[in-house]
Amino acid sequence: MQRARTRWHIAVFLAPAVLVYTAIMIFPLFNTLRLALYSKVDQERIYVGLDNFRTLFFDPIWSEQFWNALGNNFWFFIVHMLVQNPIGVALAAILSHPRLRFAALYRSAIFIPTILSFVIVGFAWKLILSPIWGIAPSMLDFVGLKSLFAPWLGREEYALTTLALISVWQFVGIPMMLIYAALLSIPEEIIEAGEVDGITGISAFWKIKLPLILPSVGIISILTFVGNFNAFDLIYASQGALAGPDFSTDILGTFMYRTFFGFQLQLGDPHMGSAIASGMFAIILIGVCVYLFGIQTRMRRYQM
Amino acid sequence: MNNARTNPFNTWAMHGALILYTLIALFPVFVILINSFKTRKAIFREPLALPDAESFSLIGYQTVMKQGDFFLYFQNSMIVTVASLFFVLLFGAMAAFALAEYRFKGNTLMGLYLALGIMIPIRIGTVAILEMMVAGGLVNTLWALILVYTAQGLPLAVFILSEFMRQVSDDLKNAARVDGLSEYAIFFQLVLPLVRPAMATVAVFNMIPIWNDLWFPLILAPAEESKTLTLGSQVFIGQFVTDWNAVLSALSMAILPVLVLYVIFSRQLIRGLTSGAVK
Repeated sequence: MQRARTRWHIAVFLAPAVLVYTAIMIFPLFNTLRLALYSKVDQERIYVGLDNFRTLFFDPIWSEQFWNALGNNFWFFIVHMLVQNPIGVALAAILSHPRLRFAALYRSAIFIPTILSFVIVGFAWKLILSPIWGIAPSMLDFVGLKSLFAPWLGREEYALTTLALISVWQFVGIPMMLIYAALLSIPEEIIEAGEVDGITGISAFWKIKLPLILPSVGIISILTFVGNFNAFDLIYASQGALAGPDFSTDILGTFMYRTFFGFQLQLGDPHMGSAIASGMFAIILIGVCVYLFGIQTRMRRYQM
Repeated sequence: MNNARTNPFNTWAMHGALILYTLIALFPVFVILINSFKTRKAIFREPLALPDAESFSLIGYQTVMKQGDFFLYFQNSMIVTVASLFFVLLFGAMAAFALAEYRFKGNTLMGLYLALGIMIPIRIGTVAILEMMVAGGLVNTLWALILVYTAQGLPLAVFILSEFMRQVSDDLKNAARVDGLSEYAIFFQLVLPLVRPAMATVAVFNMIPIWNDLWFPLILAPAEESKTLTLGSQVFIGQFVTDWNAVLSALSMAILPVLVLYVIFSRQLIRGLTSGAVK
């Protein structure tokens, strides 16, 4: 055994990754949680305990913004779960059909929006939905639905849902690919055994394939959750840091950005920003724990 | 063989659904690209028409070239992306090798520690990261971005690469040890070449989020000389919002590099996504 010698090479192999990861990711994460307990008074940083959180949750000016952002964020997530993931699963189910021609072509084309940056996606849709340019109204006119048109991004009641749908448009490729992979990994014998019992086509999907791909649906749900509660770019690119109209598209990411970085007349406050970041951390942590302990362990019995 | 699976009506319905969705996916990109080559009048009169001899114009591109420093932005994005990928792959592979190859105290714990970052987004720590970069004098340098993206990419890289390194045959490595190769030589000369496909997968996964990120360039490197292409086009479009030619051209110029990268790497990306590397 080599126990006697210190195996320095293990440390050498691990050191760069562990150092960078600890210094840039783990340490700032905990430092941010710590900063949330401080405040700046007369240019000096003093410990204030949970005061920042009290302000965030109970001070009317702050709490109104916070709950608005949190509620918007939940709606953003719900739209993704209800629209993005079912469309992704449906596309994957069609693509995984044996003997479908051009499957690779469809797959690559549908994935294109996912590789574009939020800036491109945000502005492109802003232009298309703009009443000035008139592409959206004239297309609706073509199918006789012009009366349905409204400046969706400019109306408080529609803007958030419109942005959520734009984000769905952008990211539908990811659930599609992951579900597609899961569907391809189902052994052919299981499908054939179902066919012998007369379960084919759509009912084979519902009764055999869907239960088998549920673990992948679970992974997609948690990825969507983490991604949505950490979202910022699309809203910022299309609506600006004020998340207009009248904060109706404000989510936790934009709220945190405005708070800690400052915007226009508002001065940046790193400590309140840290408090919001801590809130986001708690929400993501709860989501991940619910997934790991509540969903994933229960799904194991379906695995092949 | 089986009638139920090759019903012609079903085949048509499937192609219909896929074509419809493909059109929805590509339509906005198509509209932006064709209109960037048209005169202002044509953009508004017939937004869906292809540019022809009469409506063709490059005025938008000329404005972009004159006003924005897109070559510099592009170069910055290139440097940040390539350097971050290099460090993610090198450091990630080294750590993955240590975790996969050696049994030592705390191996599992170290693996779990490094895996934490897969689920917890690095953005949560932005306030403290900014403070640290200010203290270290790295604000408005590309190094700030490279460090952040390296840290962000490492957890998944270590996770995927260590899975692959466990599959490298022990006999091969032991034979090399008998021949007197050092542990470092075994890693660099033997193991790294064998896991090259997994490295490519990790690289492609990391490339797109780094290239497209807006958050960290906005906060850590907003200065003119360190702007990335994503931030540069965001700022440019914000300023020229009423100049439709310029906005459409800037968008097209931001789309093109990503599309080219996608065409080159799409096979790798899709193989990576569908091989279950992210499960």
